[in-house]
Amino acid sequence: MASKVRVETTINGEPTEFLCEPRQSLLECLRDVLHLTGTKEGCNDGNCGACTVVMNGALVTSCLVLGPEAQGARIETVEGIAKGNQLHPLQQAFLEEAALQCGICTPGFLVASKMLLEKNAQPTEQEIRLWLANNLCRCTGYDKIIRAVQKAATQMAEVKA
Amino acid sequence: MSTYSVIGTRPIRHDGADKVTGRALYGADLQLAGLLHGAILRSPHAHARIIKIDTSKAAALPGVRAVVTADDLPDSGDRMVDLGEGETPLSFIRGNVLAKGKVLYRGHAVAGVAAVSAHVAEQAANLIQVEYEVLPCVLTAPSAMADGATLLHDNLMMKELGQNTGKPSNVSEHFRHLMGDPAAGFAQADVVVERVFDTATVHQGYIEPHNATALWNNDGRVQIWCSTQGSFVVRDATACVLDVPVSQVKVTPMEIGGGFGGKIPVYLEPVAALLSKKSGRPVKLLMSRRDVFEATGPTPGSHIRVKLGATKEGKLVAGEAYLAYEAGAYPGAMVGPGAMCVFAAYDIPNIVIDGYDVVVNKPSTAAYRAPGATNAAFATESVVDEIAEKLGVDPLELRLRNAAKEGTRRADGPKYPRVGCIEVLEAMKNSDHYKSPLTGPNQGRGVAIGFWFNVGLPSACTIAVNADGTVTLVEGSTDIGGTRTSIAMQAAEVLGLPAEKVQPTVVDTDSVGFTAVTGGSRTTFATGMAAHDAAQDVVRQMKERALKFWKMDAATPVEFAKGVFTAGDKSITWNELCTKQARTGGPVVGRASVNPRGVGGSFAGAIADVEVDPETGKVTVLRFTSVQDAGKAIHPSYVEGQMQGGSVQGIGWGLNEEYYMSPDGTMMNSSLLDYRMPTALDLPMIETIIVEVPNPGHPFGVRGVGEANIVPPPGALANAIYHAVGVRMNSLPMKPSAVMEAIWSK
Amino acid sequence: MATVFLPAMLRELAGGTTQVAATGATVAEVIADLERQFPGIQDRLTEGGELRSNLAVAIDGEVSPDGIREPVSEQSEVHFVLALSGG
Repeated sequence: MASKVRVETTINGEPTEFLCEPRQSLLECLRDVLHLTGTKEGCNDGNCGACTVVMNGALVTSCLVLGPEAQGARIETVEGIAKGNQLHPLQQAFLEEAALQCGICTPGFLVASKMLLEKNAQPTEQEIRLWLANNLCRCTGYDKIIRAVQKAATQMAEVKA
Repeated sequence: MSTYSVIGTRPIRHDGADKVTGRALYGADLQLAGLLHGAILRSPHAHARIIKIDTSKAAALPGVRAVVTADDLPDSGDRMVDLGEGETPLSFIRGNVLAKGKVLYRGHAVAGVAAVSAHVAEQAANLIQVEYEVLPCVLTAPSAMADGATLLHDNLMMKELGQNTGKPSNVSEHFRHLMGDPAAGFAQADVVVERVFDTATVHQGYIEPHNATALWNNDGRVQIWCSTQGSFVVRDATACVLDVPVSQVKVTPMEIGGGFGGKIPVYLEPVAALLSKKSGRPVKLLMSRRDVFEATGPTPGSHIRVKLGATKEGKLVAGEAYLAYEAGAYPGAMVGPGAMCVFAAYDIPNIVIDGYDVVVNKPSTAAYRAPGATNAAFATESVVDEIAEKLGVDPLELRLRNAAKEGTRRADGPKYPRVGCIEVLEAMKNSDHYKSPLTGPNQGRGVAIGFWFNVGLPSACTIAVNADGTVTLVEGSTDIGGTRTSIAMQAAEVLGLPAEKVQPTVVDTDSVGFTAVTGGSRTTFATGMAAHDAAQDVVRQMKERALKFWKMDAATPVEFAKGVFTAGDKSITWNELCTKQARTGGPVVGRASVNPRGVGGSFAGAIADVEVDPETGKVTVLRFTSVQDAGKAIHPSYVEGQMQGGSVQGIGWGLNEEYYMSPDGTMMNSSLLDYRMPTALDLPMIETIIVEVPNPGHPFGVRGVGEANIVPPPGALANAIYHAVGVRMNSLPMKPSAVMEAIWSK
Repeated sequence: MATVFLPAMLRELAGGTTQVAATGATVAEVIADLERQFPGIQDRLTEGGELRSNLAVAIDGEVSPDGIREPVSEQSEVHFVLALSGG
């Protein structure tokens, strides 16, 4: 069996150390080593987007990143979106708009949508569709997800103004 | 005007915060001390005899704790068992869990391994040596039905309604519905259209792969945590396969990441339990996405012929249908419901329908949202559209002239109770969408309608009253799409409480009475009815408590309205009476068990505008409207969500999705890259129109809305493609290459 | 007497008839009367004293969860239909 590698990283702002096998994906490290199970596995080959996290400011499918690659990186997961007890406007909008049914794809959609709104505070419907095309949802038909992202964008703009 | 205060509102779902923060625990998220991880070795062949399995190298790999094959399953003989989807021979269920003697499809489970990590388990599985004698395979219904076709099962005989024909066959069942005189009916017809259709095998495509964790404890108790639509089905099936008493098995349903009918059968649970028994440790098994495609139940591919005759006045006078559905490796292709739905939207006096359930060397099929109906409606709705065109009648108008209504006799015999087919068609006709013009060349509009039954089946529910006026509701329907809330709202309405004051919990099989699957559009209907009845039981007991509190005669009538109990000049609020429970007899717990009658059926319709690229054959959906009769929408947002989700699954089924099979039975596109489900970028907004024709059989008028919405889209899209570019598509999916071939051969 | 609509595949047992009159206060009694009229039909409809598991009985259009124990009235329409579940 392969010996383990020590990885120092930052997850949701917290300096974090863990040990992993070199063959373990970042997704496995988050879920099985660190027990951050909010990030989901839907396909383990980069096609469904359920395992989407932010790594050094970029969206990645964590199933396609190896654990040791997290060395020195800043990782953001669904667990870091709410501020304490306060839901992020996107989380609130997903609930108000019923933008989830089974909820398994929701963490990936929230992580991806949050980055979208950071890059483009008022995206059009088509811009949202393009940005979220890497994330599969089988329950909702996407309609309410699009509406929730639009609603969150509006609310965040109002708070800023 | 609605007199309800909770029903019809849109509260935030009770499990919402857990699901947007990543805290909700799905099956794969479970962590247990000493947990082992498993892997399954699967057949590389679509049809082969197993000559020998050598597990010695796998067992010797460091880190491996247990290896199991079909030889580890108890051989308790064969018998028929009913696990909620009709009766099946136990040997078929057991044989699908771990293959014995023969493998019947590529991906068929052959052996299981438990090890200290998933990687070690996978390595070990690959060290298992299996010697196969490869056999010819049959992959479609017509080829499996042909004379001299390779037979999958030596002991499978074709049955005809309880009669064994004694003929070894890949057809497990043939049935017929016959009403009126079809030959005479066709003789009256001025227009007759007959077409043949094929539909590909498609998968439910839930994003969460199957998973199961099992602990076979030292006291013989088997505990299972898994992703399922029916925890009691898993309990009963696992007990059957392992030959242990039902009381020895406890199933805890974890959150479920989608099911759509595909998470009813057991695949992993018995294997995880066997591995746990051998290793003495809890064992978790997770499927890969390829396993999900290759080894769980997709929905049947089908071969269908539909013939309809109409008079020149536009009255359908005769219908004939032939449906052969691919069951996959074991019988059960859901062709029965397909046959019951093929003409279900229409009042046709003369009908003959033949259905065939055909085994083929593909994974054993499972239910998929209105199972069997979508294939059938694609055929019927295409033919109806063609008749409308030949008669020069608006396609919705033709449907309205022939729409099923209360009293219409279905081909399988019974007459409809109050149904909303006409109301759905009228809503389509009056919609902004249908009244708006198309805007460019190569565009077309298509319409279609469809029907799906609801089922009743058993549900149980208890409601405990807390001293602060809130209540806790305990139920057994795994919540796939917000049903905790749609169930809790029904109790809240009866109790005069806001939805937030009813806290629903989905519990394990030891903690609530038997509750059938979350499926058949039954959960909000049947478990909702149990919640309604349990809440009424609470109210009845609370009235007794009020009388006791007032020291009044137990026979005194008590009123309960707007949160206040009143008898004569006495009154007490719900909240205050809740604080008096201990002093009036102890905690109040309401309970109800139901196996409801009064099951409504739901009609749905779709309007699709498409643009077809004449150079590539690519179909773009420009606008889409879904219309459905919900009876009464308990939580309209989640009703719309069902309609939108079902519509988009229907769009995927219509345009892209298929099991692309090699001649040797290998699925060539077993990833979510190549099995092309719709993305956000492929779609427009999905407009919804909820029609409410109350179901007289439910206290709030509920009709289940989970399924009928997937039925119309493929037919609507086929008709839209025709009106865009003039080609009638007769097979699914209507992928670019198929559309181009149709255009070229026009 | 209740009116029983015979499933298409059982009509040959009844000389091609689609509807027959049968007496009985329950579905079980109606089936017993059918068996008297058309020997062999009971085995096609029941197994082990219950309806075959792929069958359900509908009285006046409503599928009964109680199967052969369901009461039948003089004016009832009795249909044997395929049992359903769903996705």
